[in-house]
Amino acid sequence: MIGVVIMPMGSPPLSTQANPMRWLLLLLWGVCGTAHSQTLTLWHAYRGTERTALETLLEQYSQTQPGVVIQPRAIPFDGFNAKLEAAVPRGHGPDLFIAAHERLGTWVPLGLVRSNPEAMTNVPPLVEHALFHEGNTYGLPMAFKTLVLFYNKERIETPPESTDALVELATRERDAGRIGLAYQATEPFFHAPWMHGFNGGLMQQGEVRMDRPGAIEALAFAQELSENGLVPKEPTSALVTQLFNDGHAAMVINGPWFLGEVDPQINLGVAPLPTVSATGKAAAPYLTVEAIQVSAHSEHPEAAWALSQWLIQTNQAIFRATEGRQSVATTTAYADPRIAEDPVLMAFHAQLEHTHPMSSGVWMAASWEPLARAIRRVMRGAHSPQAALTAADQEFRVVTAPPPPAANPWPYILIATFLALFACVMMARSAWRQQTSIRDMAHAYRWIAPAALSMGTLVIVPFIVGAAVSLFAHRDGSWTFVGMTHFLDILFARDWPLTSALSFWFTLAVTVMWTAANVILHVGIGVILALFLRTPWLQLKGIYRVLLILPWAIPNYITALIWKGMFHQQFGAINSLLAILGIEPVSWFSQFSTAFAANLITNTWLGFPFMMVVTLGALQAIPGEVEEAASIDGASGWQRFWWVTWPMLKPALLPAIVLGSIWTFNMFNIIYLVSGGEPDGGTEILISEAYRWAFTRGHRYGYAAAYAVLIFGVLLIYSKATDRVLTRRAS
Amino acid sequence: MNRPSLFKMALVHLGLIVTTVAVLYPVLWVIGMALRPGQAFSMDLNPIPAQITFEHFEAVIGTTTADDGWLFGRQLFNSLLVAAITSVIGMILATTAGYAMSRWAFPGRDAGLRLFLITQMFPGVVMAIPLYILLDEMGLLDSLLGLSLVYATTAIPFCTWNMKGFFDTIPVELEEAAQMDGANRWTTFTTIVLPLARPALVVTGLFSFMTAWNEFILAATFMNKETSFTLPVVLQSYVGDYGTEWGHFAAGAVLVSVPVMILFFALQKHLVAGLTAGSVKG
Repeated sequence: MIGVVIMPMGSPPLSTQANPMRWLLLLLWGVCGTAHSQTLTLWHAYRGTERTALETLLEQYSQTQPGVVIQPRAIPFDGFNAKLEAAVPRGHGPDLFIAAHERLGTWVPLGLVRSNPEAMTNVPPLVEHALFHEGNTYGLPMAFKTLVLFYNKERIETPPESTDALVELATRERDAGRIGLAYQATEPFFHAPWMHGFNGGLMQQGEVRMDRPGAIEALAFAQELSENGLVPKEPTSALVTQLFNDGHAAMVINGPWFLGEVDPQINLGVAPLPTVSATGKAAAPYLTVEAIQVSAHSEHPEAAWALSQWLIQTNQAIFRATEGRQSVATTTAYADPRIAEDPVLMAFHAQLEHTHPMSSGVWMAASWEPLARAIRRVMRGAHSPQAALTAADQEFRVVTAPPPPAANPWPYILIATFLALFACVMMARSAWRQQTSIRDMAHAYRWIAPAALSMGTLVIVPFIVGAAVSLFAHRDGSWTFVGMTHFLDILFARDWPLTSALSFWFTLAVTVMWTAANVILHVGIGVILALFLRTPWLQLKGIYRVLLILPWAIPNYITALIWKGMFHQQFGAINSLLAILGIEPVSWFSQFSTAFAANLITNTWLGFPFMMVVTLGALQAIPGEVEEAASIDGASGWQRFWWVTWPMLKPALLPAIVLGSIWTFNMFNIIYLVSGGEPDGGTEILISEAYRWAFTRGHRYGYAAAYAVLIFGVLLIYSKATDRVLTRRAS
Repeated sequence: MNRPSLFKMALVHLGLIVTTVAVLYPVLWVIGMALRPGQAFSMDLNPIPAQITFEHFEAVIGTTTADDGWLFGRQLFNSLLVAAITSVIGMILATTAGYAMSRWAFPGRDAGLRLFLITQMFPGVVMAIPLYILLDEMGLLDSLLGLSLVYATTAIPFCTWNMKGFFDTIPVELEEAAQMDGANRWTTFTTIVLPLARPALVVTGLFSFMTAWNEFILAATFMNKETSFTLPVVLQSYVGDYGTEWGHFAAGAVLVSVPVMILFFALQKHLVAGLTAGSVKG
């Protein structure tokens, strides 16, 4: 979900020409038979049965290979890539890691992975093709992931073989008051089978296009499914699972991970996706290959390679398939009766023939966002498939545009040096002028030195390094110095029209609104509750206080998603509540105002407890007598608050308000998890745009860093404005 | 204390009960998911599960290391340790800095205050990798101390500002009186100022604790072994590439919030302790 910007660090990619020599040396060293044991670290993000199967095999391997000690490390998927890209170049990475093949386009140029020393055998050609990147093959396939059709055997006797049959079955289900087919229709990954089935694949004859005739027909087909009520609205993965488990939906398109979520009481059938009736071609989902890679920085590459080869051999593959429930990619494993008689594994294997390997090129990752936006526009009825895909194609071109021309770094170096010198001189001058008071105040510096020192090293230094990145453009692992180009592109809206939801100024306006609304609500609710909880005669204060800070205490990843579920158009709790009150259901994420409100409500729920706690503390600085005196003088509750309590509360509360607004300005999580920028990127804030440039738009780290610097600049101006209020008391 | 009318009391209670129920509804969902069999994300309107199971809690708590040690216990200990070190470092550095900034108008103070504020504006997006390199160079990678230091520096600006704001409301006269009696600066600070600042110390401590308690991205990046992970990292590892083990995640989320509740419950009497009122302005 959340990632971190990765910058290139030192170590150029190990050139493949240099490898054989090193391999040979290491091999000789191995043959000479040293008694040293080799430790191999292996990083993976496996869970449950997959993990148990893998670890059992690794255990077996170390027993048969006395010289090899294997240390498997389970890393959360969320931080996996960031950790890998930070650790490997610094020499702290693993010898081996298991990851999806799509990131090869990033890892090969960064020099993280080692190309295979020999060709692989016993692997389906499509799988091998997926691991091929710019002339070399990287890693060996552990498993493949692809979408298939899951169905409830009590409803569907024979799975549909064509889309016509699928639509017929789904219509029958709909007429019975149920949902025909549940799948995440608005996600490009789930839409892709139709796209390929209608001959509308993104990459054809070496060119990427989003608005091919086939793609338009495929989108029209999906639109029809939605308009005829055959698929659920706003389909999230949680909703799909729920609909299937409670018998609402008879068919689901999903991947192997769905198996772990299906209620065991359901009579489950699995089948390959149907053929598209209009073209006679099979609906072909994307193929992801989970491969075991040898790190380019591994000290034991030959031992690592031997282990990865062993893991994909037939016997081990059978073990992983039967025990770990993996769709293994070893061809001979499927001849074994234990697998051949397993209908689920065989259905995935049958689907494998009709898949499109995901490209490992960076353009692939950049295609998701424009395509998703197009699908959502169409499903909402805002655009025709043709218009939506034309717009998507243009957006895609902006995002994947070639880097700006290199700039001459010398003027920048000179200016930076001059500015640094100037700043030093100014500081020295003011220090000289105030030398007596500095000497007198020596004790004060001793008091703040520990805080200042730790902040200087751990916050300011990393920021300067990070900010410098904004002067470089990043494409496919190489960096060019481009000077101020990124800033000019962003500020003059050269990429998008000024009024577009994706332009800097539009996003800035949304961000300011977002911040102001949040802070007013957090402080308002927090102060009101704190005042209530201070009422002297109130019983059970302690209980209320503890219950009311719960939103702060629970990790917000899960609560934010619960809120998103509550805002669901068809099945959410909020629309159900509105229905009880006789109000029409609201489609929360299809208009700006309601999507913004949904984000705001969620973040207010999360944010008020902190303000409440701060206010409770700050209120203690106000002596009760002052308020009592006022109340004896006949002041009403409101007057007492406004003229007595608030002025005394303000100084202690102001830091929390100013800092609270800065944090809200950069509150990325909630936007990402609740509205996800819907509709059409309108509810994105600056920081979420920065993340998108860094991670979903072709890893343009420099551009993202420029956004970060601009965010910093905006906040700096804001703090100048509040500065007067804040430091007034001190002067 | 004059008691208000019964009607007003009922109104205040009603208001608080309605707010609390509204606030607790999503929380009930988390608890419901933690107790419901299966790993699905529930979207039912009724958060109370039809069937109750403790299997998720057992699975989350019962994790073991390779040599059959109690992994969850180890990770809980890591989390508590990191949060405790963060709070201690954060509070020490913030109270001293906040006190100096509140009491003495030394050259560079305003700039320093502003600089602390500014550091909060650096979007984390540009910081993680430079921090990784820095910790590596300092030999603090994969160490709980290194992680705590990073957390403390994120918490210090708020803590300093908060302490300074509170110190500003404590009259200097109290300290001057003590100093006339021969107490030195440090003694005055620890025996007079700090006890008066208890409510602000609670806020500061709770805030630093929470900063460290719920963070997982940096922890997952800097820590290498499962035995050195903190609980949020463990929690996040229930979120897979495509699917999430929601039952486990919810159970973990409930467990993670329990220590916070206990801490807050224990601290809240200091947060609302009415000792300042009489003594300060008296």
